[in-house]
Amino acid sequence: MCLGIPGKVVEIDDGGELRMARVDFGGVRKEACLAYVPEVEVGDYVIVHVGFAISRLDEEEAQKTLELLRMIDAEGMAAELGEPPPVP
Amino acid sequence: MKYIDEFRDGDLARKLVDEIRRETTRPWNLMEVCGGQTHTLVKQGLDEALPEGVRMIHGPGCPVCVTPLEQIDKALAIAARPDVIFTSYGDMLRVPGSSADLLALKARGADVRTVYSPLEAVRLAQANPERQVVFFAIGFETTAPANAMAVWEASRLDLPNFSVLVSHVLVPPALEAILRAPSNQVQAFLAAGHVCAVMGWEEYEPIAERYHVPIVITGFEPLDLLEGILMAIRQLESGRAEVENQYARAVRREGNRAAQEAIFRVFEVGDRKWRGIGAIPSSGYRLRPEFARFDAEERFEVGAIETAEHPACIAGAILQGTKTPLDCTAYGVLCTPARPLGAPMVSAEGTCAAYHAAGRGLAAPTALPLYDLSGAAARTPEARG
Repeated sequence: MCLGIPGKVVEIDDGGELRMARVDFGGVRKEACLAYVPEVEVGDYVIVHVGFAISRLDEEEAQKTLELLRMIDAEGMAAELGEPPPVP
Repeated sequence: MKYIDEFRDGDLARKLVDEIRRETTRPWNLMEVCGGQTHTLVKQGLDEALPEGVRMIHGPGCPVCVTPLEQIDKALAIAARPDVIFTSYGDMLRVPGSSADLLALKARGADVRTVYSPLEAVRLAQANPERQVVFFAIGFETTAPANAMAVWEASRLDLPNFSVLVSHVLVPPALEAILRAPSNQVQAFLAAGHVCAVMGWEEYEPIAERYHVPIVITGFEPLDLLEGILMAIRQLESGRAEVENQYARAVRREGNRAAQEAIFRVFEVGDRKWRGIGAIPSSGYRLRPEFARFDAEERFEVGAIETAEHPACIAGAILQGTKTPLDCTAYGVLCTPARPLGAPMVSAEGTCAAYHAAGRGLAAPTALPLYDLSGAAARTPEARG
């Protein structure tokens, strides 16, 4: 139930009382309510829990995290060798 | 898939394990709060790749597991009524009550249905005005916005035949209960990323400060968990105790304000009992008085219920992190995913189910991890010399 998974918003229906979307989870498409992420547009990725999107995934933050992880090795190596880490 | 594959990268996972080994100088006990995190850790063998002495204690963040037995027995009593369509999230159906589970009741003819979203239960009520539709509203802060919206919709549509059996629990009071226990061994938490996506992390800051415990909000993929562990160990090694956010792509400091507003429109904080743990003050949600007409407990008068746990099950100790499934005599023998004695063997977020799925302590392994981390450079704290 807490295992929310990221999915891509492929279609939005603004016609009803609640803003609804079709969300693609790696080929499986499901309906999700967008009431709590009004800023979301088609093409955005969201975390969906029990049929409700609770968060829009931030591409910039995702890249920052991955960059940091890629740098770890360089920093660690440099520390082992007693040298300053390389500037990315 | 985007946002999944890149956070499962094997090379980066090995680098992270190396870095954790490099930076760890002494034993530490960390707790991953959420059962989803437990599953990733155990399935990928991440916990076994950590330096000797760094122990992952599995937390109580399995909503199905901590739903009290009384609530399950009440669900069974309500679902047995011929006028009721009882709706629930799928993993609740096989959680053992005192005498049966919802699935067994369904096999005997009760109208028990699985829903993916609580809005489906509302639609069922609209489509079946002659029947009573009851939704089992359980979960942590992650399901609360959805469950609140179902009640809000039922109120807007003025549905007389919809009600909810509420059993909502909250993470921060549980963390405090763990920290206050005299036997507590947890020195840092990996907080549940999706709970914080809804609630933010402001409420965790006083806990980090009061108990001097690092809290790292962490995601669910292998790299998320390893980075969360690294961040927690860096804090522990340097004597810091702060709230940090590893899961920045999904969690903002203030959380999701729209979802919080919806929750507090429908629910208010109240005392809750946790299965295996006991009563914790102000640790859950209950319906606000103006929505009392949607309370299934009042509608169906399921008051005094005698409960009985299976005597062989040690779910309570497992949920509190004081024992692992390998300490249980029933694990894998009397208790299996096909015939669970306790809730942690049922749920996709339960610790016993995670161990069983990974083949821990079983004769034949049932699943293999994505990659072998045992080959990450063998630098243990001792080897630092």
